Amino acid sequence: MSGEKDLDQLKREAAEKAKAAALAKRQAKAAGESQGAPKQEDKPSEQALNQDEKPAQTAQPAGTPAEDGADLAKKKAAAAAKAKAAALAKKKREGILEDEAPAPVEAAEETPVAAETSDGDDLAKKKAAAVAKAKAAAAAKRKAMELAAGTTPAEETPAPEAPAEVEASDDGDDLAKKKAAAVAKAKAAAAAKRKAMELAGGEAPAEDTAGATDETSAKAAAAAKAKAAAAAKAKAAAAAKAKAAGTGDADTAAAGDDEKAKAKAAAVAKAKAAAAAKAKAAGAAKGGDVSPGDTADQPSPNQPFLEKYRKVIEENLGSDVLEDSYINKLSKDVPTLVAKKDTYFKVAQFLKYNELLGFDYLSELHGTDFVTHMEVYVHLFSYKNRQSVALKVKIDRDEPTIESLQPIWAGANWPECEAYDLLGIKFTGHPNLHRILLGEDWVGHPLRKDYEPYDVEV
Amino acid sequence: MIRTEEMLLNVGPQHPSTHGVFRLVVKIDGEIITEATPVIGYLHRGTEKLAENLQYTQIIPYTDRMDYLSAMTNNYVICHAVETMMGIQVPERADFLRVMAMELGRIASHLVAWGTYILDLGATSPFIYAFRDREMIINMLNELSGARLTFNYMRVGGVKWDAPEGWVDGVKEFIPYMREQIKGYHDLVSGNEIFLDRVKGVGVYSKEDAISYSLSGPNLRSTGVKWDLRKDEPYSIYDRFDFNVVTKETGDCLARYHVRLEEIEESLKILEQACEQFPAEGEILAKVPKIIKAPKGEAYVRIEAPRGEIGCYISSDGKKEPYRLKFRRPSFYNLQILPKLLIGENIANLVAILGAVDIVLGEVDG
Repeated sequence: MSGEKDLDQLKREAAEKAKAAALAKRQAKAAGESQGAPKQEDKPSEQALNQDEKPAQTAQPAGTPAEDGADLAKKKAAAAAKAKAAALAKKKREGILEDEAPAPVEAAEETPVAAETSDGDDLAKKKAAAVAKAKAAAAAKRKAMELAAGTTPAEETPAPEAPAEVEASDDGDDLAKKKAAAVAKAKAAAAAKRKAMELAGGEAPAEDTAGATDETSAKAAAAAKAKAAAAAKAKAAAAAKAKAAGTGDADTAAAGDDEKAKAKAAAVAKAKAAAAAKAKAAGAAKGGDVSPGDTADQPSPNQPFLEKYRKVIEENLGSDVLEDSYINKLSKDVPTLVAKKDTYFKVAQFLKYNELLGFDYLSELHGTDFVTHMEVYVHLFSYKNRQSVALKVKIDRDEPTIESLQPIWAGANWPECEAYDLLGIKFTGHPNLHRILLGEDWVGHPLRKDYEPYDVEV
Repeated sequence: MIRTEEMLLNVGPQHPSTHGVFRLVVKIDGEIITEATPVIGYLHRGTEKLAENLQYTQIIPYTDRMDYLSAMTNNYVICHAVETMMGIQVPERADFLRVMAMELGRIASHLVAWGTYILDLGATSPFIYAFRDREMIINMLNELSGARLTFNYMRVGGVKWDAPEGWVDGVKEFIPYMREQIKGYHDLVSGNEIFLDRVKGVGVYSKEDAISYSLSGPNLRSTGVKWDLRKDEPYSIYDRFDFNVVTKETGDCLARYHVRLEEIEESLKILEQACEQFPAEGEILAKVPKIIKAPKGEAYVRIEAPRGEIGCYISSDGKKEPYRLKFRRPSFYNLQILPKLLIGENIANLVAILGAVDIVLGEVDG
């Protein structure tokens, strides 16, 4: 932890002055937020004052507990680190990569949220599973989302109040861990149930009864899991439990009912900030399991390029050649175009020969078996415009056939052979499609998910 | 009257000039090659298939065995892909260690390329010199990682081991030594008339062909395309260093030879600056979860390996193993142009052209 702090300081030293402006801006924002919840703010700020007095007053307090949060998260909630990382990644994408100084702020804003979120998420997951059994899955999902998104902003939306909670939850967590262990040992499912009730009541008061009971059952399931795990490796379950309990404890310890109400009121008052945080939290929540990095509120630096490609393609080839197009935030913001099966070749050809696009270099081509369908992924690059684009196409898995790109890019020759060899995708128009790696007598396509090794003796 | 007829000649898979298990079926008319068919796959180990059942950290040792002459860049590319997906910020000291390890690896790799290339062309002693100098690098990397070739050094979020006491000083001492040696290499080989006759104007391809055939690295830069991912799409901390992208215009074997030798000097420049800026202390591993789970989605990253652009595609469903892992192996792509280059060439040039492509079969076959 201290090491990271050192690193941060080092980095801060290294950061240029110009970037201080960004920091100030962020501070102003954070300060604006912190006014809503002054009480919680006190706690971390004493700690903060020790290391960093004036400028980073809001930034630093947020930063320090965030480290705790990250540590905690590392121990218990992998997703927290992920979210923190996601925040940093986002920074990177925003092009503020060099000014690490404000990074802690962002991290603080997000880490605790994510730590909590992951709880919510875990819960939601379990809950969803439980509900799926009893109810329609769709409803469960909606509810899960509600829980994940609903609890997070209400309790720890803005940066300043989050630290207090995390700090508290650190203590509460140890306790919770012991508790969880005890529970696992004694196999006291009833206790877990009670706790679940408590938690359900404490954490999501807005939840309706159905939600609460669902959660209870989820809790029971968790307890059962803890039990089972205790026999062998209680770690994961216990951690999940501890986490969940930690949240509950933290709620009672740090933010009593009053404070929570206050926090909630503050959240309402700070509708704007909360909305942003919510989006972020939602993003983080999704990030844990669904699709991370979809911080949709931040326009990607590559957005104009995507617009341009889309526009040029639509103008020349019609509006229905692309199935989808988006920025893949996980993949260094590469603009991604999903072509239809029958327009794939046309789009590829256009991408290379259109003067505005000029993607003359095929960096990579491969296929993937997604069980429901096959997908061919092509990464193209334009040396003229110094821009990348990813082109994807979904093809039928039972009869995976697609046009070859070899006539357009000679470099697609072997990669297509490889995709044919390992996945069985047939590229029509390829001059010499053969099993390039395994040899012609090989049976089956190993990278298919249902591949069974062929053995003559069996 | 001399009667000539078409003959099928089988080169490899066990032939010293193929640098591994690579087979080339050539049709020759007299001494002129009329058709060449590369046969690969002898070293295919199914890394991508295996990886689908491995956790991300467990995949790293497998990458060592792809391009075993520069395993550090392979280590890096998978870590970089996972870090990109998870948004992990690597500590500064770890970044320095990574860059230094990668650049040392690049020098070692180019030294092998140089030594074996000259060996292919018939001169034995330069090979010995190259391996002598490479040995020093291997020792340094050994001190760092505990292994000579299959380092398994990098981790998602940083590196496994910190530099031992005095390691950076060792690198510092090596830089001027290596610079002197390069002068010696040029004295030994670069001006040699026999050598020049074998490589000058041999195996020429144009800039357009190079791009169309997806060539990368020195094979691309030898045609004048100024493109180096370290410079143009900086990853890690390469944007902190001042170095040149070496290009040559002629696109022949000699150009590729010079690009590699000059890249050694550029790598030395990076190493020199890295030694100066090397942080005195700091973390070497970011705070990463014990079980690394890449978020759901897909990512493709590419970095500059000694042989060109190495890429890593990960499709994740949020589990601790990748759903699909794909490596873009530069040697595999670079080798595609070989049949085109060989047609119409004298059989004696086969080895000169193949050697200049600089392939590693572990990488070609995946």
